[in-house]
Amino acid sequence: MKLPTLREIGTEAKLLLIGIPVLIWTLVPIYHMFLFAISPKEDAFSGKLWPTHPTLNNFKIVFYQEHYFLRDFWIQFFNSVVIALSAGALTLMIATAAAFSISRLRVPGGRWVMNLALFTYFIPAAFLAVPMYRTMGNYGLLNNHWSLILAMVTIASPYAIWVLKQASDKLPVELDEAATMDGATTLQLFRLVYVPLMMPSLVAIGTYAILLAWNEYLYAFLLLSKDTEITLPVALGNFLAADDSPWELLMTTGFIYALPPAAIYYAFKRYMVGGLTAGAVKS
Amino acid sequence: MAITLSGDHAIASPPLSARLTTPQVWGIVLLAPYILVFLAFVVYPVGYGLWLARHPASYVALYHDPIFARAAVNTLIFLLVGINLKMAIALFLSGFFAQQRTWIKWLSVLFILPWAVPSIPTILSVRFMFNPEWGVINQLIFKFTAEDGPNWLNDPTVALAMAIGVHIWKSLPFWTLILMTGRLAISHDLYEAAEVDGASWSQKFRYITWPSMQTLYVTCTLLSMIWTLGDFNSVYLLTGGGPADLTHVLATLGIRYLRLDQLSLAMASIVCALPFVLPLVYFMMKRLSR
Repeated sequence: MKLPTLREIGTEAKLLLIGIPVLIWTLVPIYHMFLFAISPKEDAFSGKLWPTHPTLNNFKIVFYQEHYFLRDFWIQFFNSVVIALSAGALTLMIATAAAFSISRLRVPGGRWVMNLALFTYFIPAAFLAVPMYRTMGNYGLLNNHWSLILAMVTIASPYAIWVLKQASDKLPVELDEAATMDGATTLQLFRLVYVPLMMPSLVAIGTYAILLAWNEYLYAFLLLSKDTEITLPVALGNFLAADDSPWELLMTTGFIYALPPAAIYYAFKRYMVGGLTAGAVKS
Repeated sequence: MAITLSGDHAIASPPLSARLTTPQVWGIVLLAPYILVFLAFVVYPVGYGLWLARHPASYVALYHDPIFARAAVNTLIFLLVGINLKMAIALFLSGFFAQQRTWIKWLSVLFILPWAVPSIPTILSVRFMFNPEWGVINQLIFKFTAEDGPNWLNDPTVALAMAIGVHIWKSLPFWTLILMTGRLAISHDLYEAAEVDGASWSQKFRYITWPSMQTLYVTCTLLSMIWTLGDFNSVYLLTGGGPADLTHVLATLGIRYLRLDQLSLAMASIVCALPFVLPLVYFMMKRLSR
């Protein structure tokens, strides 16, 4: 092994000089959250960088719902799961059908629908929240899980359709022609040729929609309000209502809430990077 | 058989007015669910919202509401400072993460965390870090200087700056990743040739990197502008719009009016932003629909 030259050491040092602040900046809020989750109350509020008596007691309190703020933890967790999965499944179905129709069947007016969908995608979601809240009221869906599921589908599907359309435009036309020649009906074409070929994009879009719905705070807190109906992020926000909030429990719950999306993100990173980020900004 | 038509109808028949073929009927059936969602949850709410915002009196009320003016200014500051700072750092870091080193690979895995985890718990974590009495920041300040730290979130300027900081913390990884893919697409030969010619670091950036990333950078900036306008969480969860409603941005202001049961004001405040948003939206739509 040859020794590194002075210049190489210099470059490495410069890179470290950038890398270390980046690492600290990235991890501090997350570490702080983790620190609270493993600290007993006295330690959490004393400003220590590592608790004198690290404990898992907070997790026990959350899991056994042993605090006033956490009475409905499991049902709220369950609500989050149901809403995220339903929104993901519905988005996938609607967007796949639409992308197939626009890209493969070249339905008249498909381009128009695509443009309108893109238009919705670029309207900031916070702007749509107020009229959406009223609309859900008019439909009588407030305080019903369907309101949040449908709102999430509305927000997720434009991007989903766009990504899927981009991906399916790349599939050769000859494929459809050959299948049709062999006597495949349109539905068979969809089921047996299109969906299997689109699998990687479908996984990416399903993940995208599930994460979007799981992470959503604004719509969730507008549309749902009963303690047994709300999702976890709304429950976290409700901690703020009291002055003497048990912050160590809030952080513990937040930590538990943050784990599934982080795990999903890293598990599907391959698909996310290939299917989503590349398509997110086309220059 | 209708099936045989699909092959040659492009040449034979006039495009739209032709009789519908079976695949096209299926096309309409498959597109229908999205159109229904679009009509029920986009067209109707938007139309209803615009109808609610039809009274000129709402705009007069907004004009006289100091909180609205403050929110408009805050939004501008948020956009100008937040986005430019974020994109500049992202451009810089994209160069850093494009380096081929094992430890930088690992660092990039951790670096993506803020983007991968939901924003609510992390923003609340930051909020408590800066709590004047119990937060770890002020406890450390007290430990080292024996003096009380500032009441961070109680100063509107500092609070807004921190909301911008939280916004950057959350979305920086995403934009760095995007700009990095742009950087990696540049041919390595160009840099080698420049190296041979003895080009300096800044020359390489100016004559190779920037020209090939310009378009991407501008697109990202515009897109980020639209999304940042809708960033509700960074402000609402950190400052709640306070102190004294001085840190609201347009995204949180609408919700504030809604909670005060002033629905027409909520809609009017959003309508006021439309002249700025719609051109951006249109531009982005054109760009992506090619």
